[in-house]
Amino acid sequence: MTETTHTAPAKVPRADAPPPGTARPSSPRRGGLPRRLTPWLFLAVPLVLLVTFTYVPVANMVYYSFTDWDGVSPERNFTGLENYRQIFTRPELFRVFFVSFYYLAASVLQIAIALYFATVLSFNLRFRNLFKGILFFPYLINGVAIGFVFLYFFQDGGTLDSVLSWFGAGTDRAWLGDPETANTSLAGVSVWRYAGLNFVLFLGAIQSIPAELYEAAQLDGATRWQQFRHIIAPGIRPVIGLSVILAISGSLSVFEIPYIMTGGATGTTTFVIQTVKLAFQFNKTGLASAAAVVLLLIILLITWIQRRLVPDEKVDLV
Amino acid sequence: MTLHLPARRTRRLAPVLTYLSLIVASLVVLIPLVVVFLTSLKTSQEVADGGALSLPGNWLNFGNYATAFTDGKMLSAFGNTAFILLFSITGTVLIGSMTAYAIDRFDFRAKKPVMALFLIATLVPGVTTQVATFQVVNSFGLFNSVWAPILLYMGTDIVSIYIFLQFIRGIPVSLDEAARLDGANTLTIYWKIILPLLKPAIATVVIIKGITVYNDFYIPFLYMPSEELGTISTALFRFKGPFGAHWEHISAGTILVIVPTLLVFLFLQRYIYNGFAQGATK
Repeated sequence: MTETTHTAPAKVPRADAPPPGTARPSSPRRGGLPRRLTPWLFLAVPLVLLVTFTYVPVANMVYYSFTDWDGVSPERNFTGLENYRQIFTRPELFRVFFVSFYYLAASVLQIAIALYFATVLSFNLRFRNLFKGILFFPYLINGVAIGFVFLYFFQDGGTLDSVLSWFGAGTDRAWLGDPETANTSLAGVSVWRYAGLNFVLFLGAIQSIPAELYEAAQLDGATRWQQFRHIIAPGIRPVIGLSVILAISGSLSVFEIPYIMTGGATGTTTFVIQTVKLAFQFNKTGLASAAAVVLLLIILLITWIQRRLVPDEKVDLV
Repeated sequence: MTLHLPARRTRRLAPVLTYLSLIVASLVVLIPLVVVFLTSLKTSQEVADGGALSLPGNWLNFGNYATAFTDGKMLSAFGNTAFILLFSITGTVLIGSMTAYAIDRFDFRAKKPVMALFLIATLVPGVTTQVATFQVVNSFGLFNSVWAPILLYMGTDIVSIYIFLQFIRGIPVSLDEAARLDGANTLTIYWKIILPLLKPAIATVVIIKGITVYNDFYIPFLYMPSEELGTISTALFRFKGPFGAHWEHISAGTILVIVPTLLVFLFLQRYIYNGFAQGATK
């Protein structure tokens, strides 16, 4: 019986510490399974799945990235850093990173919008739940459906053009056919789709701030803006931090909406679209893996920086 | 008195602006959807002639829905999606709760490394590893089968483990102990005591997972390219080809896919908000 090392500080007496007096005989469970194996009985399947579908792929990906493998043939030649050199020196491969900036800029807007509406709707308002539902609902809609909705929306003479013409700005244009507006339009769709999630997260965080704080502030004559500045903003900092990190890694790994709507045409190819095309259309598994490793490293780096800058559980309200 | 005037005026103006901003935002959300709904009721002639915002001549013209449903193979798509949903959700609940039970209720030497394995995995975004994951799935011979997405959805959901872990901490250990004294073994305790008490957490996981799986495009698109294996997402995506510019059919298909989500949302609103708030903040 060596499974319970006494270094583990058990806050509560754990179930597997046998009650005094029944020390030895009770230890092998019915069915003859030794106690120390019981946790593994529960962990075996989850761990096998975790390793098979997360760690093995990551390890393989790193390995493929140093080869010229095409994904099919048994032949794999070790090419060292050649794939990485290509990614950083071939402008057409590297350019896709710049598309991320459109989505990054959009996510700044998205977080600002979400923050505004979360603050507004955390106070008592008429039709509060209705507005809340309308703002959140886009997040739940199927991505392909959203793609089609906005494909129609951005058509030449489509919804957007019609609405704009009400305001006398009636320009007929194919918003997605023009490289100048295509990425902006797509990034706009991403704001439409994801602002609701940020909004609900912020709203939840705001509502977990104790109500007495607002009451006290109101008694002191604080305005709404002052309440936001000094109570709400610091109170929900961890959620904002989380949203920022999700926004950055999300902007780097955009796939669905541009793939469905434009297929990556007119300069809207994102990093993931390119990787998918390299791997599954051009059979350049090695190069695609290198690209994926680069993306993974960037996201890990950003996560690490964020953890440094905004440490968890540092909510100092009261 | 005069000093207070500007403050008074903003106080009266502020609610108006607030409501105005809310109405504008609601319109921005609703107009694209409403237009697609209107289009789904139009005849192809009406789509060609009228502007995007014109109204359909016959509000009960459901012909496009019938076309989209049969020609778009939506029935089999709903069937496949339901099958995948059933298995991946059941799997996720069992796997998540078992992991949480093992990690929270036992002290064993490898506990910290195991926790670390799950924790580090959260940092790896699924999209980045898909090229390599594809090879793993392929080597099991699961490519082009419904089991590929099912296994992937089950095996990579770390969020649910966190939700269960957080919840299981709140269940007093004394319950386990009492059952153990009555002669229950570990498996019985998990099955008869822990799992029933986890119901609220299970509801959260089922909702989050259900919506994610229903809406996912990437995994079925990569792993199940054959046409009979279409899910909601991939079947709808295929509308792009044969229906070309037939917007009345594409719109009908789109609305068909959105309606179930809308119904679930209307009935489970409160749980959905809570679920997402819990799920995302770990």
